[in-house]
Amino acid sequence: MTKWLETQVPKLVLAPSFVAILVFVYGFIGWTAWVSLTRSKLMPRYDFDGFGQYAKLFTTPRWDTAITNLGIYGVLFIAISMALGLLLAILLDQQIRVEGAIRTIYLYPMALSMIVTGTAWKWILNPGLGLEAMVRGWGFETFTFNWLVDPNMAIYTIVLAGVWQAAGFVMALFLAGLRSVDGEIIKAAQVDGIPHWRIYTAIIIPSMAPVFLSAFIVLAHLAIKSFDLVIALTGGGPGYATDLPATYMYAMAFSRGNLGQAASSAMVMMAVVFAIVVPYLYSELRAKND
Amino acid sequence: MTDLAYVSPRAGRRSTGQRLGRIALRWLLYLVLTLFALWFLMPLFVMLTTSLKSLDEIRTGSLIALPREVTFEPWLTAWGSACTGIQCEGLKPYLLNSLLIAIPGVALSTALGAINGYVFAQWRFRGANLLFSLLLFGCFIPFQVVLLPMARMLGLMGLAGTIPGLILVHTVYGIGFTTLFFRNYYVTIPQELVRAAKIDGAGFFRIFWSIFLPLSLPIVVVTVIWQFTQIWNDFLFGVSFSQAGTQPVTVALNNIVNSTTGVKAYNVDMAAAILAALPTLLVYVVAGKYFIRGLTAGSVKG
Amino acid sequence: MAPILDIRNLRKSYGATEILHDINVAIEPGDFLVLVGPSGCGKSTLLNCIAGLEPITSGTIDIAGRDMTDVSPRDRDIAMVFQSYALYPTMTVAKNITFGMKVRGVDQATQEQKLSEVAELLQITPLLQRKPGQLSGGQRQRVAMGRALVRDPALFLFDEPLSNLDAKLRVEMRTEIKKLHQTLNASIVYVTHDQIEAMTLATKIVVMKGGVIQQIGTPAEIYNQPANLFVADFMGSPAMNLIPAKVRRDGSANRIEIARAGAAPLVLEDSRPADLPADVILGLRPEDIAEAGFRAGSNVQEAQCHIDMVEPAGADTYVVSELGGKQVTARLHAETSARAGQSMTLAFDLGKVSYFAPESGQRLN
Repeated sequence: MTKWLETQVPKLVLAPSFVAILVFVYGFIGWTAWVSLTRSKLMPRYDFDGFGQYAKLFTTPRWDTAITNLGIYGVLFIAISMALGLLLAILLDQQIRVEGAIRTIYLYPMALSMIVTGTAWKWILNPGLGLEAMVRGWGFETFTFNWLVDPNMAIYTIVLAGVWQAAGFVMALFLAGLRSVDGEIIKAAQVDGIPHWRIYTAIIIPSMAPVFLSAFIVLAHLAIKSFDLVIALTGGGPGYATDLPATYMYAMAFSRGNLGQAASSAMVMMAVVFAIVVPYLYSELRAKND
Repeated sequence: MTDLAYVSPRAGRRSTGQRLGRIALRWLLYLVLTLFALWFLMPLFVMLTTSLKSLDEIRTGSLIALPREVTFEPWLTAWGSACTGIQCEGLKPYLLNSLLIAIPGVALSTALGAINGYVFAQWRFRGANLLFSLLLFGCFIPFQVVLLPMARMLGLMGLAGTIPGLILVHTVYGIGFTTLFFRNYYVTIPQELVRAAKIDGAGFFRIFWSIFLPLSLPIVVVTVIWQFTQIWNDFLFGVSFSQAGTQPVTVALNNIVNSTTGVKAYNVDMAAAILAALPTLLVYVVAGKYFIRGLTAGSVKG
Repeated sequence: MAPILDIRNLRKSYGATEILHDINVAIEPGDFLVLVGPSGCGKSTLLNCIAGLEPITSGTIDIAGRDMTDVSPRDRDIAMVFQSYALYPTMTVAKNITFGMKVRGVDQATQEQKLSEVAELLQITPLLQRKPGQLSGGQRQRVAMGRALVRDPALFLFDEPLSNLDAKLRVEMRTEIKKLHQTLNASIVYVTHDQIEAMTLATKIVVMKGGVIQQIGTPAEIYNQPANLFVADFMGSPAMNLIPAKVRRDGSANRIEIARAGAAPLVLEDSRPADLPADVILGLRPEDIAEAGFRAGSNVQEAQCHIDMVEPAGADTYVVSELGGKQVTARLHAETSARAGQSMTLAFDLGKVSYFAPESGQRLN
């Protein structure tokens, strides 16, 4: 009996966490999935209604905007953050004297709340008193930089702030990757007389494929979940110009009182995340078990 | 280490022109690095200077100009009397709320992560892998998908709009990452240690307490910093599950900035933003090494 | 005397794969049992089963007359020394050694007294306040043994305790373990893949392969009368020569013919086993082949052999000659006149020979 108890202790210890995850993650996903298949409005209704909410979702112009924005934001945010992060990492990898200090400066935005980031950039980018006014003050009277209030350009301000926040983090990832390349291979290349830049393009960067993948996964995940930044920077505006699926879902859930739409948009978001993350997690876990 | 700067056995034979070229390249490198540093620092600098200017000076002066006359008035307002909607008590009560949410949230999720990670790393049982995968999966869901049922659940539990409710939410959705951190740390400890302790007569908890916990300081620091940053900077849960009086600082900041009453006080907004950012910035400056380790552990190994 | 450890019909499987097949071993108090075999042979698994660290599938293990089924490791009255030493990294040496007593609620005075006894015995008294990280490999090894000794258990278990040490230290510690065994008259089960360790330490050896016991015996039995080709090949260094041969019954004697490339077969005569099959593997240790005139015995036979290679090794000189398609090693005295490429007369001591069946690999004499 005591022996039985002993062997069960590890499982008993895990039980609370497991039950919590089962209910609060998987149970809740199930609940949301179910509600997305009903005609719930202000209150949840549990009678099945098919895929009406999804059909409606994809004919709603606002959702259309949100998805398009996610596409623009996602692609630009990921591409620019990766490119910039890689560039900064390579520059910092050249035996820089004050590397520690520079790294600290590049990475600090990651410690900030996106609300703070959004607030700061909102102030910098506001046309009346921010950058635009500053450049005009320098004598360029016709200079305009009003992306923040231009429905066609506002989404790019979110890209700008997002990149500002995440680029240093990507740099840290890449720098760690650069440093983990086998030094002997590099020495061998140097002895062979291969030029400095070729060592990067031909040896180091190709061997960092897993780091690229990790960075991509993290950035994609950040992009899809982006909510705070939009709320703080543009509030989704002007109009719905910078709506993302996350803000759409929130609006449906908490201000429009349309649970069905909220649930179905959340499910679409999850599908997008899983399409990216599941293959990655699967390969990671498999690699670990082998 | 790549050691690229110490290359070239042939460097000695290089011409003066080449050497000058190398020096110029070096200067260019530092110039580019400095420009990027300025770009990263600029928002912080603008926030700080703006927060020390009077509104008049903001309207007439340049964005990046240093304040002609330093005033701490905006800071006092942001701290004690800025309006977040109808209430005008500044950020002070909300900073307290964030602290009241973050401290128990961090403690609970770290403690659970430690013991879970210990089980997954050292007391494997049939099905443990599946459990771990399920737990890990929870880290990656977009939280929007649990927002609605969570709101109802908190209502059912009588925790809607309360600080304990937010603690619960942050603890539950933090477990995945904290477990991952501790598990990855503990798998590097040889299994023979547990076996030796078992033969010495120690049980599950004794081994954890006497042998594993004393080894865990680095990973505890990483986890605490990670969780603190996550919880402090959270906005989505805060805005969804709080009500007037229990809002965390991020929500209050957003309300101050977007409050429509009166004149737009940019200096107060900036002071408030810095106040909200200060705790995590401080942690970053003091324990940056652990912060980075958490970020990379949480993402690379996720 | 009742056996201190008695293992009967033990089986162990992971899922469908059986790791240990029907293990039966018993040892008396004071025995030094060595489990030896190549990696993956199941010896460490067997040790973990004895310790109770791994569940067994069927069979029984008795320690000091008590059935150990459903007895947890802490209650088995055992102590164990691990390959990685498994010292608790955050505790001092003294705390490492007393941790087990502390967990069991032994009073402070007894703890102190036993600690100082063991520290004295192992000469680690000056190290007691250090942390494991500050110790050398040999010192850690001593501390690990101290942790086991202080418990004064019915049975000691050693899991490849010397394999992380360098060659010189390994020999020193081996001697010391042997001394300890003699001083304390302890009962020990010791796992190693090193057959020299097995030979020098054991009072009883179990040779394992693929989860099956190949032979149980004293070091002399294992060395002189290996039960099959695997044991013959595994135990002893350089390994026993295993030479294919043909047997013809000639009156009361066996004519044993060993083929040689480019020369007449080597023919030896042996009368003892009357019923040898036509094909055998003849096993002869290098030291049982000597230079002519340097070996006396009832059945020493000499023959001219072509020497392919000479390897001086200080105390001895090894020469290699091809017999029956195998490189056969002979161990000659250091001052031998053997030259590679020349012929010389070698003396084969058939009093020491082993015969094996080629198919089954089992011993025939």
